[in-house]
Amino acid sequence: MSAHVIESKPLVVEHKEEQENYLTAGYTLKSWFLTLDHKRIAILYLLSVTTMFFVGGIFASLMRLELMTPQSDLFEPDNFNKLFTMHGIVMVFFFIIPAVPGVLGNFLLPLMIGAKDVAFPRLNLLSWYVYIVGAAFTMFTIVSGGVDTGWTFYTPYSTSSSQTHVVPVVLGLFITGFSSILTGLNFMVTIHRMRAPGLSWFRLPLMVWSIYATSIIQILGTPVIAVTLMMAALEKVLRIGIFDPNLGGDPVLFQHLFWFYSHPAVYIMIVPGMGVINEVVTCFSRRSIFGYRAIAFANVGFVVFSFVVWGHHMIVAGQSVYSALIFSILSYLVGIFSAIKVFNWTATMYKGSISFDTPMLYVFGFQGLFLIGGLTGLFLAALGFDVHVHDTYFVVAHFHYVMVGGLVMAFLAGIHFWWPKMFGKKYPESIAKFAMILVFAGFNLTFFPQFILGYLGMPRRYASYPDEFQVLNVMSTAGGSVLGLGFLLIAAYMVWSLVFGKKAGMNPWKATGLEWEHTTSPPPTENFYETPIVNEDPYNYANRDFTKDFNKEVKLGA
Amino acid sequence: MHSSEHSAHHPALAHHFQDLDQQKDATWLAMWVFLGTEIMFFGGLFLAYVIYRSSYPDAFAIASNALNVNMGLGNTFVLIISSFTMAMSVYSAQMAQTGRLVVFLILTLVLGCTFLSVKYFEYKDKFDSHLVPGRHFDFAHHHDPKTGAILEGAHGGSANTESTSHEAGHSEKARREIQIFFSLYFAMTGLHAFHMIIGAGLLIWLIVSSMKGRFSKEYNSPVELVGLYWHFVDIVWIFLFPLLYLIGRHHHG
Ligand code: HEM
Ligand SMILES: [Cu+2]
Repeated sequence: MSAHVIESKPLVVEHKEEQENYLTAGYTLKSWFLTLDHKRIAILYLLSVTTMFFVGGIFASLMRLELMTPQSDLFEPDNFNKLFTMHGIVMVFFFIIPAVPGVLGNFLLPLMIGAKDVAFPRLNLLSWYVYIVGAAFTMFTIVSGGVDTGWTFYTPYSTSSSQTHVVPVVLGLFITGFSSILTGLNFMVTIHRMRAPGLSWFRLPLMVWSIYATSIIQILGTPVIAVTLMMAALEKVLRIGIFDPNLGGDPVLFQHLFWFYSHPAVYIMIVPGMGVINEVVTCFSRRSIFGYRAIAFANVGFVVFSFVVWGHHMIVAGQSVYSALIFSILSYLVGIFSAIKVFNWTATMYKGSISFDTPMLYVFGFQGLFLIGGLTGLFLAALGFDVHVHDTYFVVAHFHYVMVGGLVMAFLAGIHFWWPKMFGKKYPESIAKFAMILVFAGFNLTFFPQFILGYLGMPRRYASYPDEFQVLNVMSTAGGSVLGLGFLLIAAYMVWSLVFGKKAGMNPWKATGLEWEHTTSPPPTENFYETPIVNEDPYNYANRDFTKDFNKEVKLGA
Repeated sequence: MHSSEHSAHHPALAHHFQDLDQQKDATWLAMWVFLGTEIMFFGGLFLAYVIYRSSYPDAFAIASNALNVNMGLGNTFVLIISSFTMAMSVYSAQMAQTGRLVVFLILTLVLGCTFLSVKYFEYKDKFDSHLVPGRHFDFAHHHDPKTGAILEGAHGGSANTESTSHEAGHSEKARREIQIFFSLYFAMTGLHAFHMIIGAGLLIWLIVSSMKGRFSKEYNSPVELVGLYWHFVDIVWIFLFPLLYLIGRHHHG
């Protein structure tokens, strides 16, 4: 937009190598567990969400093993119910929702807006502890026998019939919800009040807009699930009757309240991932983003529309046909905002000088898989089609395409992209590419057959199935193994790179943005050596001279 | 690019803010956003209330008449006055009148505790007359001469066992519907009381800090923020009181 060229003033750091950074600022356990530094808190989240991801992954592998054969032979049906429930709870509430905000959001938000920290560092640390307490409840439930209600806790089964530990896990999620709310609150205030001089709203990197939109959804949606779970727990313990039809209550009310949060929650999951895509796609296309404002406002669209489509989860749950119709139409409208973003990213690549580094490969993966996930979402929002495939593997495939194909791809794009900034080390590029291909291929082999299975009528959440579905199920399990190997490989080389990785330098991707151009890798505790002043639009790749080696350009010493 | 000198070294200024103004703006916004979250939190319960009240209007009217409207009304006045004393605390803090600040904060705390004590006696009364939802819930003990007829035979039986006696079908139904009212009553007023307790804790903290002279003309946002919170909790009660205590009162004079 702005035609004037601004010379980005090279950063002057003497003896950069020996400069203390946030990682070397203290080595004791106390310096980590009582840290107020948003970057260290990001690392704490990285460790915890990764742990939860592998815990959830173990449940998934066991399920896929069981589903190799049509009979329920490895697990009793009751135990299978527990497996998919624990898988869903761990992945949704302890991995996907906190992953990008907790790790990348925490690490990057203050850096991207030129602040020393988030607005409330203590609250930030508290959020992590609250998350851990919630996770501890869930872990307790796992070791003491699990829960079998499905991650959706539908009443009256969860409150009247289930003999498993519904109350502790619901309590755990209630607690974890506050972690999400506090993080959202903190980020929102940070974006409003902590921006560097000159950093107006339309100069913000789009990742910041994404985090902002996510925060609003967290702030407005999460309390509703919290109070709903509270009521469900009271129902279970005291039999107060709110959701129990035997006591005059309405179980469908639970579904309404649950989805009033949980549909917006799918945008809590995907929107931060979309934020990552903006940053990566511009860098590896060496172009400014196409349609900055359209993307920025699409986030606002997500916030508004995500709250008015929850009924598409209840098309066959006894709501009136008129509400089903309205929810269906509204669900189509929400697709527009996803489409705006996907089209604009594609347009950003058009005529760009694209390079195929690992983060960009994940962006490609995201684009294709999210497209399939989003479009099948629209299929599902069509009333007639949904009656056919509701509660089948079609739905399972849909949400895995958006959650794994979308968010996990974006998360991995972000982790690879910012890894050098976070730890000052480079990951091994060719192994990383190989792992990306494993993940991409494994993912499709796992979940594409599930679309077909669902369309053919295989219901979700059963340990056994008719013989005719076996081939597709075996394909899916095979794909799951490849996918799992891919993830393990990533974890392995990332850890390896911490010790053996090459030094990354300040800006290995020659990217724009305060975190790349104005501070070292890893950044010092207070992020910047002097408060940056921003006087240009983001993604100003056209005005950067990247023909020289950027890292040497940033001279040491004045 | 460093902070304006006058407030740069204020002891209450956190290191990552440029100056006290920025810090104050941030905490204000945070409190408003937090209240937004709170509205949604109570909102779930209000929604449940709206739905069940429209499904079971008669049961709600009967049940509402079993609440002690005088205690509810008295408590409403107590809270309104406490909002006034809280506002005076904020004003005194802004004027840096520490003595008056402490007095008004203590008054607010006393009023808050009055509210909670009244609430305690109300709860105890409900508990004694078996109006707490659960296995011992029994509306028949509470015999309202004007409405008792509808509830004839609504006593006895735990919530889990289906009564098979004559007429039990109808009265069981009324009993369940009334129980839902009381579930909502306890959930909503209980959550509100919980917020009052937190508020009382915050007031104690403010009293101690203001006695230590922490607040001044330029730094008093904790008082203002707790004030906001306190008013919010009062407003919630202003909604709860008519919704819970005053349903169907006009039918019975
Ligand atoms: C274009 C946007 C989208 C539309 C129109 C859409 C539509 C739908 C519909 C209609 C269902 C219900 C299917 C059924 O149960 O019969 C559904 C399920 C689901 N969707 Fe989407 N979806 C969209 C995007 C997303 C995104 C971005 C995510 C997550 C990142 C997501 C996650 C889920 C999940 C988790 C479920 C299943 C919930 C369950 O029953 O366990 N969706 N979607
Ligand atoms: Cu949805």
